[in-house]
Amino acid sequence: MFNYTIRRTLLAIPTLFFISLVLFLLLDLAPGDPTAQLPLTIPPEVREKIRLALGLGEPFHIRFLLWLEQFFINEPLHLLTELTGVDFSGDRQRVISWQSRSPVMDIVVQRLPQTLWVVGMSYVIGTIIALPIGIISAYRQYSWFDQIGTFVSMVGFSIPTFFTGVLLIVIFSVHLGWFPSIYDTTHVVTDWSSLIVQIKQMIMPTMVLALYNAAQISRFMRASMLDNLNQDYVRTARAKGLRENVVLLVHVLRNSMIPVVTVIAIGVPTVFGGAIITEQVFKVNGLGQLLITAIQANDIPMVQTLTFIFAVLIVLFNLLADILYGILDPRIRYE
Amino acid sequence: MKKLFVITLALIVMATSGFAMRGSSGHVNILYWQAPSILNPYLSGGTKEIEAASLIIEPLARYDESGNMVPWLAESIPTTENGGVSDDLKTITWKIRDGLVWSDGSSFTSADVVFTHEYCTHPEGGCAQGQKFEDVVSVEALDDLTVKVTFSIEKPFPYGPFVGAQSPIIQKAQFEDCLGTAAPGCTDQNFMPIGTGPYVVTEFRPNDVISLEANANYRDSAKPGFATVTFKGGGDATAAGRAVLETGEFDYAWNLQLAPQVLQQMSEAGKGQVISAFGTAVERIMVNMTDPSPERGEERSTRAHPHPFLSDINVRKALSLAIDRNILNEIGYGITGKPTCNVVPAPAIYASTANEGCLVQDMDMANQILDEAGWVKGSDGVREKDGMRLSILYQTSTNAVRQDFQALIKQWWSEIGVETELRNLDASVFFGGDPGSPDTFQKFFADVEMYTNIFDGTDPEPYFNLWKCGREPSPENGWQGGNIPRYCDEGYDANLSELSKTGDLNRRIELSKALNDQLMQEYIMIPLIHRGRVSAHSNSLGGVVLNPWDSELWNIADWYRQ
Repeated sequence: MFNYTIRRTLLAIPTLFFISLVLFLLLDLAPGDPTAQLPLTIPPEVREKIRLALGLGEPFHIRFLLWLEQFFINEPLHLLTELTGVDFSGDRQRVISWQSRSPVMDIVVQRLPQTLWVVGMSYVIGTIIALPIGIISAYRQYSWFDQIGTFVSMVGFSIPTFFTGVLLIVIFSVHLGWFPSIYDTTHVVTDWSSLIVQIKQMIMPTMVLALYNAAQISRFMRASMLDNLNQDYVRTARAKGLRENVVLLVHVLRNSMIPVVTVIAIGVPTVFGGAIITEQVFKVNGLGQLLITAIQANDIPMVQTLTFIFAVLIVLFNLLADILYGILDPRIRYE
Repeated sequence: MKKLFVITLALIVMATSGFAMRGSSGHVNILYWQAPSILNPYLSGGTKEIEAASLIIEPLARYDESGNMVPWLAESIPTTENGGVSDDLKTITWKIRDGLVWSDGSSFTSADVVFTHEYCTHPEGGCAQGQKFEDVVSVEALDDLTVKVTFSIEKPFPYGPFVGAQSPIIQKAQFEDCLGTAAPGCTDQNFMPIGTGPYVVTEFRPNDVISLEANANYRDSAKPGFATVTFKGGGDATAAGRAVLETGEFDYAWNLQLAPQVLQQMSEAGKGQVISAFGTAVERIMVNMTDPSPERGEERSTRAHPHPFLSDINVRKALSLAIDRNILNEIGYGITGKPTCNVVPAPAIYASTANEGCLVQDMDMANQILDEAGWVKGSDGVREKDGMRLSILYQTSTNAVRQDFQALIKQWWSEIGVETELRNLDASVFFGGDPGSPDTFQKFFADVEMYTNIFDGTDPEPYFNLWKCGREPSPENGWQGGNIPRYCDEGYDANLSELSKTGDLNRRIELSKALNDQLMQEYIMIPLIHRGRVSAHSNSLGGVVLNPWDSELWNIADWYRQ
């Protein structure tokens, strides 16, 4: 198992390098221009100067190597400086966003709290809702509970969040006036009343995303439970006279969780990727919104860095899912 | 401590005036659905950044809501009459207000103005407002409060540098180490500029939100009315309109280009009102005077080959006559636009009245003109002459209103025997100016294309300059240049060069109208809609004066809670 983990981790390095190259090539070859969003009153000579000042005059390989250096050497050194207070980084150039001319990683760190709160919370809530629904739906297959569960997850799965989001805003913000339609990222929780404000502004975006996540996970849970319920070992357990609770929650559930846990683990990077549409609808301005505005503005260093971080997370959590698989299922050991 | 100071100051002011006092209106929430990424307009030419920065840093003079120039940090507007502009039109001398201080308490001097020029014109800085300083030879400080700007050529309109929200004065002491290539490294400076304006930044989160508080050193001790400001960004125009007009969460929302019925419906909730004001923005169809056909290869859309049928003025005229601008306006803009027949519809003194005929759609006339010019309808209803079919490729950027316009115009043109193929391109590509892309508006690989353009400030001369012969985008100049229709006319250029040497306002107006009329009457471009700025504010917010000539937030110091 240990060997396997080491091998997989080492293999991830060339994979990630290849991904970063592909990302850079894609961004570089795609049409678009960082000055495209500027008003037409700005003349072309000025635009050209802006492009040169952004470093676009350099050839492709130089810019790629520069980014590699900035991301893999300068940024970690800077982080070390921040953490220890000892100056490791000197005046090494960090990855700089073209839009704000400030370090990309600083903005990412600034965006993390709201993304983790809203998108992360929705993932947690979605999972908490999904597991019991999946278990009961499978145990009482074709009952009214199963039918309703199926219906709700179909709804959650098929209705896009830009629809449910706006629908919730129209009902709860415009008509009832219960919740704000705009998320305040500067809000700080200090006491009970500010916590309530925070919950109020989180409730709609979280629920919209939780519905979507719950729909997905509950279907996996249900399918996996159904697979196991018909197994011979379940009959044996019942024949031995074990109580139904024990049969279901100890024997069946544990075995059914194996594929579900991997699905949940693989889904975690999407939390960090943010929820582009939902963040936009509720003005949460997390990582998803950061990515989409950077794409619109052709802010290549920002897009490159963000997408690469997502790639790292995806590779990492896939690895984690594989290892979890081995831990949960003793039959499986990658040797 | 700072707060205490503000409160004491406010108390003193209250005691003396007994009326308005700084910060008495509390807090105001402003929503820009495009979020500002930086507060230094010299590093980003985007409207959102320029307007956000206008709360903090200010120019020497700016435009008011009717397009008149008003002294802001300067004592008065220099003119040839008061001796501020030299008789040879090559220098302008600004007098700065006495006693001005920056928000950090230090005095504002002419050295800051000189430095601003140095900052923006640094060859490696990539300054986004470089055009403001075009033809400037030197900026000198004559004394602490006097600045002289010298131009290399005669400038009948010398109000480019330091005028308007695009070229505010930045503090020398703060930006001294941020010249040229060092500019992007100065994150603190770019996020928290020190200014003379009514507000100072307390927190800046790029592309998200800006928190501001009243500038304790603001020159008018009774202003600004609001003590703190939240400037939120993000979302879309619909959501921004909703937040002000329907839920009342925000007090001011910027740039609500929405369908007229949507705005109408939102304002019926009674929480706020929609306001609009007209600047110089005109949605127009540009006609390609050169041949865009792919067979021309390298010479595609260059002046080497005139357009096979659009070089016939009768065809261009018929295309314009077939359009019903009133219907277009009703569908796409409502109160936020008006039909226009001029490419320069404002300021009022420059607006020509010679072309009003275009406001009425005239199909019969259009058909007749084409008939007389020898364009005969074929069996499929499309006109042709000498084997040349009137078949048009019509391109624009992707945008709901623009696609509605395309569909309607295609229908009208088909009624006069013109076949139209529609095409829309993503705005970031279309306006991107990437010389490698075939789809930019500059390359113009189509017969006609539609977009909006404006000019800065109130003087149309640089605007007319765009359509000068030789300024057309071509492979030689990397497809840059403003002469999109590839228009070339000696008479036009002669008027233009006279305009560049004329200081007398009446003559300038005359010449400008002549230039506008020539473009209109030759149908080089077909103007459609004069577009206004549209914003909304809550009913409780007072003092808002929507200004189409400068930053929308130009008078935020005067805003108050009703």
